[in-house]
Order: sequence, then structure tokens, then C-alpha cells
Amino acid sequence: MPDSTQIAHGASADAHSEQPPYLRHHFESTEQQADAAGFAMWLFLLTEVMFFGGLFTAYLIYRNWYYPAFVAASHQLNVFWGTLNTVVLISSSFTMAMGVWCAETRRKSGLVLCLILTFIMGLGFLGIKSIEYREKIEKHHVPGFHYSMQSFLDPASDPEVFKEYHDKPLAPDMAVHTELYFSLYFLMTGMHALHMIIGIGILGFMIYRAQVGAYTSGHTTFVMNFGLYWHFVDIIWIYLFALLYLISRHQ
Amino acid sequence: MSEQVQHGEHEHHIVSPKVYVIVFFALLVGTAATVWASYVDLGLWNPIIALAIACTKATLVVLFFMHVKYSTKLTKLTVAAGIFMFLTLVSMTLADYISRAWGNW
Repeated sequence: MPDSTQIAHGASADAHSEQPPYLRHHFESTEQQADAAGFAMWLFLLTEVMFFGGLFTAYLIYRNWYYPAFVAASHQLNVFWGTLNTVVLISSSFTMAMGVWCAETRRKSGLVLCLILTFIMGLGFLGIKSIEYREKIEKHHVPGFHYSMQSFLDPASDPEVFKEYHDKPLAPDMAVHTELYFSLYFLMTGMHALHMIIGIGILGFMIYRAQVGAYTSGHTTFVMNFGLYWHFVDIIWIYLFALLYLISRHQ
Repeated sequence: MSEQVQHGEHEHHIVSPKVYVIVFFALLVGTAATVWASYVDLGLWNPIIALAIACTKATLVVLFFMHVKYSTKLTKLTVAAGIFMFLTLVSMTLADYISRAWGNW
């Protein structure tokens, strides 16, 4: 396969006979270099799949063991905020994909605009997430010394949730396990949010670099690989949204 | 890069914005569908439908936003190996938990 590329590349080489400066000497062609970088990025993403996969599996097992507690605890999540965040994240994935297209077709101002939009929507996602976290903190639903089972021992004491779900009170030995749900909730959404924060940081760097034309002169690897990372984080959220917010609305 | 030279399967494919827009709207429709389905009481089918829609959305993102449909066989194999490994580990873990106390309940 590399041979055929080289031959085909050689055939059209007169248009750009000098090697572009970003081609490393140990690669035969820019195509090979780009393929190697993409492959490496995917290997990194596979380690991420294993990492989040462990969390998803833990959630699955504990949900089966302590089903009533997990159903009641998941009713504390607000589907409106969850849906809004899903839409925000999908939109940011779309603008990121458009950014990759802008880089490939060498549209500098388009790329900068797409990256800025992605950056803003990433921050928007974290803002909405913080509204949700704040609600959990106020209700003492953060696992730890101040954790309160009040909403589950006496659902009527939590009128906002009660009027929507009419949950029956849980026995104290089952209500204890709602804390486990919130542990997994904060662990999974927190790790996801950490990935978002890292991504937003890299986006800031990329906006700066894109303005000086770093990605619109043919060398798009960085933008391509960051796009893979951002879409991967989007996919994790798609599953988190379904598993944490949606599947336990009915008992 | 070289515009439309015949490069065999290795030629770098630029996915057009039209494809991105279509996938974007499909993802929005999927989100609306999964939220709507969660409000309907379907018993055992609620989690199944939610996960089926999530898998469909994830597949769209992987194939088009992440360009896997247009990438090399090596990348396709890598992604497939990752999904296979993930499913293997999850099902083996679950099989362990299900079968450990087998016959003791």
C-alpha cells in the first residue's frame, strides 16, 4: 500500500516537488505521516474507551444490584438540562467537524470562527453542568459526610421531584445506596467534564495558532486529531445522557 | 494537497459540509427521539430503546464526524478491534457477576 501511494504521489510530484517543511524525514509521504498520526490518535482513544468502559460497567452492575435506589436517585437529575447539554455538545461537534473541513480546504478565517464557536459551546456545556452540580450540592446529594438521604426516605419532602415522579419512600438500607449512584454520577460526569476542560484548553491554544495560519498551509494533523478527541468526548456524553438521565424514568 | 489525482483507496477524502449538516440534523433528531421515548412507559424496552438510539448516534459520529467511513483499513480495523475488546470485557465481567452465585439463591 505505501508503495502505490509513493508511485501515485511521485506521478503528481511536479506540482509540488519540494517536500513540505512539516514532513518528517522518517516518513515517505505526507499521506503516510497523516495516516500514522491518525492511527496513533485512535490508539489513544481506545485506551480512553477502556477507561470509561470500566466506569460504565461499574454503573451497570451496581444499577442491577441496587435497582430501586438507582431509579429514585436518577429522578433527581433534570432531563431539561441534560437535553440542552446534549444539544450544545452535538452542535460543538458539528462546528468542530466544520473546522476540520476549513483546515483541509485552507480557509483560515472559517477555521478560527469554527474553533471559537466550539470553544464557546464547550464553556456553555460546563456552565450548564455547574448549574446541575450546584443543585446537587444544595440538596446534600454530594457523597461524603454531608450526604442526605432525606429525598429518598421521604420523597414528599422534595416537592419538585415528587410532583413529577411520585416515588415511594425507600427503606433505609436501600436508600443508603443512592449515595453510590451519586458517586458514580459525579465520577462519570466529572471525568467527562475534565476531558472537556482539557479540550477547551487545547482549543484556546488552537485558536491562537490558527490565527497565524498554522493549520491552513496543508498540515492539518493537529486539527484532525483534536477533532477525533472532541467527537470522542461527545460520544461519551451521548451514552452518559442515556444511562444517567433517561433509562430510569419509569420503574 | 493533490486535488483529485487517482490515488487508489489511499487518497485523502475531504468530507463535504453537506454530509456534516445532514449528520448534525440526524443527531438532533436522535436526541429528540430518545428524550421523547423516555417519557413513554415501555417497561423493559425503555433502556433498550435509549441505548439503541445512543449507539446509532455514536455510529453516525464515528463514521462521518470522525471520518472512519473514509479512512484506511488500518483505522477501520483499529476502531473495530476497540469496540470488540470493549464488548468482550463488559460481557465477561457481567457473565462473572451473573454466574458467581449460580444455584445459591
